[in-house]
Amino acid sequence: MKKALVYITLKEGVLDPQGKTVQHSLDTLGYAGVKEVRVGKYLELLIEDEGAVEAQVEEMCEKLLANPVIENYTYTIEEVVTL
Amino acid sequence: MKFAVIVFPGSNCDRDMYHAVTDALGEEADLVWYQGAKLENYDAILLPGGFSYGDYLRSGAIASTSDIVAQLKEHVRKGKSVLGVCNGFQILLESGLLPGAMMRNKDLKFICHHEDLRVVNHHSMFTTAYEQDEIISIPVAHGEGNYYCDEETLAKLKANNQIVFTYENNPNGSVEDIAGIINEAGNVLGMMPHPERAAESILGSADGLKLFQSIVENWRKAYVTGA
Amino acid sequence: MLQEPELTPEVIEEKRVYQEMGLTDEEFSTIKEILGRLPNFTEIGIFSVMWSEHCSYKTSKPLLKKFPTKAPHVLQGPGEGAGVVDIGDGQAVVFKIESHNHPSAVEPYQGAATGVGGIIRDVFSMGARPIATLNSLRFGNLTNGRVKYLFDEVVHGIAGYGNCVGVPTVGGEIQFDDSYEGNPLVNAMCVGLIDQKDMQKGIASGIGNTVLYVGSKTGRDGIHGATFASEDLTEDSESKRSSVQVGDPFMEKLLIEACLEVIHSDALVGMQDMGAAGLTSSASEMASKAGTGMELNLDFIPQREENMTAYEMMLSESQERMLLVVKQGREQEIQDVFAKYDLEAVAVGTVTDDKQFRLLHHGKVVTDVPVDALAEDAPVYYKPSKVPSYFEEYQAMDDYLPQVTDHQAVLKQLLQQPTIASKEYVYDQYDSMVQANTVLAPGSSAAVVRVRGYDKALAMTTDCNSRYLYLDPETGGKIAVAEAARNIVCSGAKPLALTDGLNFGNPDKPEIFWQMEKSVDGMSEASLALNTPVISGNVSLYNQSNEQAIFPTPIVGMVGLHQSLKDITPSFFQSNGDLIYIIGETKAEFGGSELQNILEKRYFGKAPAIDLTIEAKRQNALLQAIQADLVESAQDLAEGGLAVALAESLFSEKQLGCEIAVEGDLTTALFSETQSRFLVTVKQANQSAFEAAVEDAKCIGEVTDSKELVIRHDNQVAIKESVADLCDLWKGAIPCLLKSKA
Repeated sequence: MKKALVYITLKEGVLDPQGKTVQHSLDTLGYAGVKEVRVGKYLELLIEDEGAVEAQVEEMCEKLLANPVIENYTYTIEEVVTL
Repeated sequence: MKFAVIVFPGSNCDRDMYHAVTDALGEEADLVWYQGAKLENYDAILLPGGFSYGDYLRSGAIASTSDIVAQLKEHVRKGKSVLGVCNGFQILLESGLLPGAMMRNKDLKFICHHEDLRVVNHHSMFTTAYEQDEIISIPVAHGEGNYYCDEETLAKLKANNQIVFTYENNPNGSVEDIAGIINEAGNVLGMMPHPERAAESILGSADGLKLFQSIVENWRKAYVTGA
Repeated sequence: MLQEPELTPEVIEEKRVYQEMGLTDEEFSTIKEILGRLPNFTEIGIFSVMWSEHCSYKTSKPLLKKFPTKAPHVLQGPGEGAGVVDIGDGQAVVFKIESHNHPSAVEPYQGAATGVGGIIRDVFSMGARPIATLNSLRFGNLTNGRVKYLFDEVVHGIAGYGNCVGVPTVGGEIQFDDSYEGNPLVNAMCVGLIDQKDMQKGIASGIGNTVLYVGSKTGRDGIHGATFASEDLTEDSESKRSSVQVGDPFMEKLLIEACLEVIHSDALVGMQDMGAAGLTSSASEMASKAGTGMELNLDFIPQREENMTAYEMMLSESQERMLLVVKQGREQEIQDVFAKYDLEAVAVGTVTDDKQFRLLHHGKVVTDVPVDALAEDAPVYYKPSKVPSYFEEYQAMDDYLPQVTDHQAVLKQLLQQPTIASKEYVYDQYDSMVQANTVLAPGSSAAVVRVRGYDKALAMTTDCNSRYLYLDPETGGKIAVAEAARNIVCSGAKPLALTDGLNFGNPDKPEIFWQMEKSVDGMSEASLALNTPVISGNVSLYNQSNEQAIFPTPIVGMVGLHQSLKDITPSFFQSNGDLIYIIGETKAEFGGSELQNILEKRYFGKAPAIDLTIEAKRQNALLQAIQADLVESAQDLAEGGLAVALAESLFSEKQLGCEIAVEGDLTTALFSETQSRFLVTVKQANQSAFEAAVEDAKCIGEVTDSKELVIRHDNQVAIKESVADLCDLWKGAIPCLLKSKA
């Protein structure tokens, strides 16, 4: 078994109203040093390892998980150790 | 003329669209479940609003991967008309039939009220019954109607006259006040406001009816001999 | 995962574990007697939720019996998922209100969202298509940071759920008072439309028939929600967050469509949603109503988590679940319908003839109790009642007469009071138009939804001025019903029936129980007088936080019928030159008024008086005038009195003004909250016909195109203000309060 950790963020330059709101709230709470907040998505996929997991995850991101018009994605894949 | 209203799991304006076409417009329509449907016998396809697949992941994203979208693309290739409203617009964007993407409204809140729209292109097959620059009142009801595209795409949209409706008072932060756009070929319209909710004056406005009338009129001109 | 071994029956008795679940020693003895043995852990859990106030109404039952519930047009009174009323043409309207106060106090978004989901299920489980929801909300003062958070999240929750399921949120009301600060009220009402032939009941009849489970899987969420709702909120309620369920509106939408398709199959016998006390209440109630028993094999229950115990499955309040009984051998037809919507309908049990509620788990019988003991034989308590000293004190007071010097300033202040101010900030977030039938949307005195294909419409409203109920629960109870009916009549509809959402404090306190008793007496009397029987409802008790009880808040949800679409009447002034009438005389009544709130920061004295005979007569006269096409707009006079009503009548896109003259004491004329009054406009051509039809109507002025509100008194101008300026104050008040720092 493999676990893919997929991170989806808005592309540079795309306005993130949610991030702006969070930044503003942090500012109100006294964290004036926070200059930017970008809100993204994090997905965990548990995948049966039949080889080519990385290629599969890449394809999933392209096809469904991220919208390339506005979003970037990165992922890491880790081995799931079952006891 | 025969319309298909595609029903995805979670669509919720499907019946409204159906009634706008059958009751208010007086044309034929079927509610077509997204699975196992054949679209070839329909003249126009309507993608209704709602929350297909609960808007989970991204609005319209999951619906855009369903088999029916392949048929939809074939329908578009043949030059037949497709109208996507609200979630239907989002599905058209996610499936690549229209350029750009939809983001959360700038105030992060769902909004529901009538908005004044400007008909900025009355030459499309969806808008010939309107005057150029006519101001019409159509309800919006969405949480993610903030249209986004990069500058290159925007330049193309403008150059090809693909922007059809704009907001007079931009309620959601859309680029260039965009409320609705067509594809390059001009037979696919996506719009956030709901013309089907503005098809009878008892509901506050009948300004949306002309959109459906335009579709019918242009179809008759193109396909009905002697018309 | 390791599990604590379940407590043995002996330990449960010895350590009085049942008390933690909300059962008394006496109730435990009764259960022992019924079973003839000690109950095990699962059984005691089942009894504790079924005998909680939320499910059994053990405290409120003696009061609820007083409500008039029958009339020729009532097809189904209290007892089913929702009440049903005949609206002609073989159609009926189905509606009910329900509270979700305690979950909303702890986790406001999900609490409110699941409240909406639950009430919608109550309506479609009857076989009706949900056509509208309304919400009645109560919060503390909006200057408090926690209250702002609760308010915003409750509204988001209602929007998040309601918008997704495609049922328009068409109305409701919101009031703000200190008594709700730690214990907000979230009551959701759903209205459905049905062809009478499709009416379903939640019954498990037909021995051998199959019990199907459909919808979300069962998880550990919401365990003991029903008993949680029957306790006071305390500081550690926050730590009970695990009690709150999470809603899935997408699943609900699939269930609506699938269930409304299934009702057309004659293989379906009964259907009920799993609401409070989940599987336990739906299964045992369905069997009890049919006079049958039920056997469920818990191994087949779709489970979201591993190693769930019988106790956990039976008490789970996971949302979006339905229980169906279908004819033996015809399960597949029903399962096929659900499969189309990607829903699995799983056979989990059968209907039996022994009137026992029997549960199997891992091959063992884990519960075997009489169904009637759960659903019917819950104890009933007649609580002691005592007149509170504050009431006697208020009744003995002289009439409260406020001192006002600057009436114009007071009007502006009133318009900015959160209870009166525009709620546009809220309802703009609700999809009020989906289904394309909404004729009058939120912001009108009653919402109006047309019945597609017929020349008729339904009017709906929720109302309750709890300040009056606090001062005098009996009078306040009458007013709550009368005000709801007034709003329905003003929209041009005939009031049909009501659903009650009774919200009170801790009934173990005699003063609180007295409030309950008197409220119900008042409501009953008004329901009879106005011919609006009570067809469904909900009771929420123990609404208090840190020893402070909420004001008694029995919310009235009412539905009326427009005989024709032409009768639909707006609350806004329509045209320049129309004559403005006030119906009903005005007395100096300021107890519980918004003006008292502003000037004294508290409520005291007597509530406004109400004469139900006069009320009924005026409502009838106005409705007839509307039906005779004599009325252009109509509104009732409520919080803030005539001046506020006048201003609100001008806050539309019509860009109008008005000029009126009042007599007598100016403060009374403008701000008194005397009951049974209406503000109506009439075309000049209809003047004599209208005056003949409505005998106690008095012309006070006319609508102008000046865009100014002008009120004269003793030949002097008392108020002269730009309508746009007043409207800005009225619209800006709530957003402004939310933005200000706590």
